[in-house]
Amino acid sequence: MSGHHHHDHDHHHDNHFTPIEARVKALESLLVAKGYVDPAALDAIVETYETKVGPRNGARVVAKAWTDPAFAERLKADGSAAVAELGYGGRGGEHIVACFNTPNEHNLIVCTLCSCYPWPVLGLPPVWYKSPPYRAKAVIDPRGTLADFGVTLPEGQRIRVWDSTAETRFIVIPMRPAGTEGWSEEKLASIVNRDSMIGTGLPRVEDAL
Amino acid sequence: MSRPDAAIALAADTPIPRDAEGPIFAEPWQAMVFALVVELQNRGVFTADEWAQALGAEIREAVAHGGCRDGSDYYERWCEALEHLLIAKGLASHDGVDALAASWARAAEATPHGQPILIENDPLKS
Repeated sequence: MSGHHHHDHDHHHDNHFTPIEARVKALESLLVAKGYVDPAALDAIVETYETKVGPRNGARVVAKAWTDPAFAERLKADGSAAVAELGYGGRGGEHIVACFNTPNEHNLIVCTLCSCYPWPVLGLPPVWYKSPPYRAKAVIDPRGTLADFGVTLPEGQRIRVWDSTAETRFIVIPMRPAGTEGWSEEKLASIVNRDSMIGTGLPRVEDAL
Repeated sequence: MSRPDAAIALAADTPIPRDAEGPIFAEPWQAMVFALVVELQNRGVFTADEWAQALGAEIREAVAHGGCRDGSDYYERWCEALEHLLIAKGLASHDGVDALAASWARAAEATPHGQPILIENDPLKS
C-alpha cells in the first residue's frame, strides 16, 4: 500500500475511493444494513485502539510488577486476571500470559500464523511484527532477530520464543534496570517501551520522565 | 497450528522492516476493517480462532504469490480474509460485495467536495 491516493491530476475528483477503500466501505455498509455491527460500536473500537489503548497500559503492568511483589506473583499465576485488576481486559476468550525475563532467560514473542498480539495491553502491533520476515526469523534465529533490533544479550542468557495463538497472547515483563531504585511507578512506566514488552528491546533508563 | 513455510523460505533475503513507533494505521480504512473484525467477534459472528485461520490462509497465499513480504499490504489481507469468511458463513457474496463497492466508488466520484459521501449519491443507484 503506497499510502497515497492514485489521483489522475488531469482529471481531478474532489471525492475518490481507492478500490480497497470502496471494498471496506462496502463490507461496512453491508454489515451495518444487516444488523451484524453497530456503527457506534465501530467508532468506539477505532477510537479505543487509536488513542486510548497503547503500550502505556502494558508499561503500567510492568511498573506495578516491579514495585509490588504480590502483584508480580499474581501476574505470573494468571496474567489475564492480574491485568484485569488494572482495568485492562480483552474481548474475552484470549488469555494473557506474562513472560518474566531473568538473568538466565530472555523472552521474545511472535505470532507465526498471523499476528496475534496482546492488544489490551500493547495496543496495535507495529508493522514489523506483522511481517513474514519477522514472524519467520524470530523462530529460526531469535538471537539474530534481536541483533536486527540492536539488542545483544549475554552469551549465557537463553532466548525463549513464545508463539501466540488466537487463545493465548503473551507480554514480556523485562527485568528492572539497575539504577532505578526508589522510582515511582509512573517514572518506571516511562522507561518501559513497546519493544521491551515484545522482547525485541529493553527498557531504556535514559527515557525516564 | 501450521507455520508459514513459504515465509520462512523468504526470510533469509528479506530484511525486517522497521518503524519508529510509526502510525498505528496508515489509513482510515485500515482502522475500519480492523474494527469490523473486532466487532464481529464481539457479536459472536465468528470466533477468534476462525479469524486467525482465515487471516493466516490469506497471508500464506499472498506470500506464495510473492506479495506480503514486508507486511505493508497486511490490512489488504484482513479485508480479503473478512470477505471470504463472510462468504463462507453465507452472509455475503463476492458479486454482492463487488457491486456494492462499485456503487460506493461511483457515489464518491459524484459527491461534491465538502459533503459526506452517501451511497444515495451513486448516479446508477436505482
